[in-house]
Amino acid sequence: MTEVVIACAIGVLAASGVWLLLRPRTFQVAIGLSMLSYAVNLFIFAMGRLRVGAAPVVEVGRAADPAAFADPLPQALVLTAIVIGFATTALLLVVLLAARGFSGTDHVDGREST
Amino acid sequence: MLWSDHLVMLPIVLPLVAGAITLVLDERRLALKAAISIGAALLQVVTAVAIVRLADASFATVYRLGDWPAPFGIVLVVDRVAAILILLTSVLGVAALVFSLARWQRAGPRFHSLVQFLLMGVNGAFLTGDIFNLFVFFEVLLAASYGLALHGSGGARVGASLHYVVVNLTASLLLLIGASLIYGATGTLNMADLALRWREAAPPDRTLFEAGAAILGVAFLVKAGMWPVCFWLPGAYSAASAPAASLFAVLTKVGVYAVLRTGLLFGTGAEATPSVGTPWLAYGGMATIAFGALGVLASQDMARLASYSVLVSSGTLLAAIAIGSTALTGAALYYLVVSTLALSALFLLVELVERGGRPGAGILAVTAEAFGAGEGEGEEVEIGIAIPAATALLGLSFAGCAIMLAGLPPLAGFIGKFAILNALLRADPVPAASWALLALLVASGLATIVATARAGVRRFWAQPDGRAPRVRAIELAPIALLLALCVALTVGAGALIRYLDEGARALHAPGGYVDRVLGR
Repeated sequence: MTEVVIACAIGVLAASGVWLLLRPRTFQVAIGLSMLSYAVNLFIFAMGRLRVGAAPVVEVGRAADPAAFADPLPQALVLTAIVIGFATTALLLVVLLAARGFSGTDHVDGREST
Repeated sequence: MLWSDHLVMLPIVLPLVAGAITLVLDERRLALKAAISIGAALLQVVTAVAIVRLADASFATVYRLGDWPAPFGIVLVVDRVAAILILLTSVLGVAALVFSLARWQRAGPRFHSLVQFLLMGVNGAFLTGDIFNLFVFFEVLLAASYGLALHGSGGARVGASLHYVVVNLTASLLLLIGASLIYGATGTLNMADLALRWREAAPPDRTLFEAGAAILGVAFLVKAGMWPVCFWLPGAYSAASAPAASLFAVLTKVGVYAVLRTGLLFGTGAEATPSVGTPWLAYGGMATIAFGALGVLASQDMARLASYSVLVSSGTLLAAIAIGSTALTGAALYYLVVSTLALSALFLLVELVERGGRPGAGILAVTAEAFGAGEGEGEEVEIGIAIPAATALLGLSFAGCAIMLAGLPPLAGFIGKFAILNALLRADPVPAASWALLALLVASGLATIVATARAGVRRFWAQPDGRAPRVRAIELAPIALLLALCVALTVGAGALIRYLDEGARALHAPGGYVDRVLGR
């Protein structure tokens, strides 16, 4: 059941992200990229296989049976990806505002298509 | 560990430290920042030379970060190809930084930090032995390149940067999807470990791995600028400021290198050829050459001409890699080095030439706008001492770049293309794809020489107002350096091609690489 929910969540986020990415307004593009990156982050997380009630950290002194633990690596990867995605989104917003200031329009091409 | 064992780390640490120091220094102490930055770049050249010698002595040097064993820890790997590319990057870094001393370093804040971080990302991407770290270093170099693309500001630059940022962010997401699919299918991200594991994978995981590798490949190809995912490139590169654009010339090569490295590691058999989508890569590369050549012919200003030349160079490399015999890879790598040097020199040159050009020309308008935004230093143009014969020097350099890019004798561009053609014709029988590539290479050379001759005649001989551009010696020096290197590589072509042939042989037989990384 969890699998279906996660898969649907990733699918809906990715689909909305792609649709927004293809829109002509810079703000829509920024939001689209954010949604896509949420979808990708969830996807990375899911690639470590979904586990409920399993810790990602091996306890000291206990025999390490990998089957009893969740895979910690994707969790580390997703943290990196979130941080990088956050920083680049912030930069994109700055560029977006600067482009708006220079061209006087929020169209991605810098001029309205008539 | 000996001191020399840590040498491999230096191409990443040096620019990181220099970038961090220049970041905290106040913008008013520009001379100090420039000194630190150029000092660090010169140190990188020295380090890179040492690394080239190190790679010549041993097959592949592995640096384990934190001394964790390979499949679990992160490794940096130096082999001949990576070493040469690091040396190339550091030379371009010095040239761009020296060029920027004349005026570009004042056109916006934190120029030196951005250049250093860009160098760090590029070096890291060449050195890493781990797919996720490849993503991280790609992000480092891209983040710095976003800043550099915006350097100097102005409407045209910001508009082009917006497209550049969005396309590359999307490509980075593809890279992440590819990397995580590969991890999900094989349980490892270490390239050497992957080269072993993917063959053992059972069918469902195998399919997943191949899908992941294909998505990863698409992401690399966006960076490398393969048609049809290259439309972002000419706009962004031609709008960027001269030193930034000259550094960007190496960014597409990072994508090409990633395709080469991962494609051969995930190849099949002992004499490995890239397996995932190879015919597509060859056709894509050829389409890129054709598109680039048409673009070169259609370009009205020199910056666009240089940008489309980047595409021609990328396309040639991708097609050569995809057809990929060992000798061909060696020749392609030589072509990579010399064409990057020539492109970088051309991007620096274009700005100087256009500076004296017609008032109101597109690029001039962009730079003028930039100087308007550059803290009221718009009159700086006049500070430069007009070198007598500046036009003659510029014209000579431009002719040198054109000869290099078109691949005419006697310069190194000719040797690169000739080596590629020679390797193509050595196969028996010569496949149809090789004939097509041969024809395209010759045709693209012709297109380049037609377009550059036309642009040169228009700029240097038929100047309507005949005003010589005011150029400072410090701006000509890096161009002279890059072109002198091209001449040196013409003379020393034999040595470099032998070195790169060895490197290509090692790339095509990844068994040795895998053994060294995994310490078997």
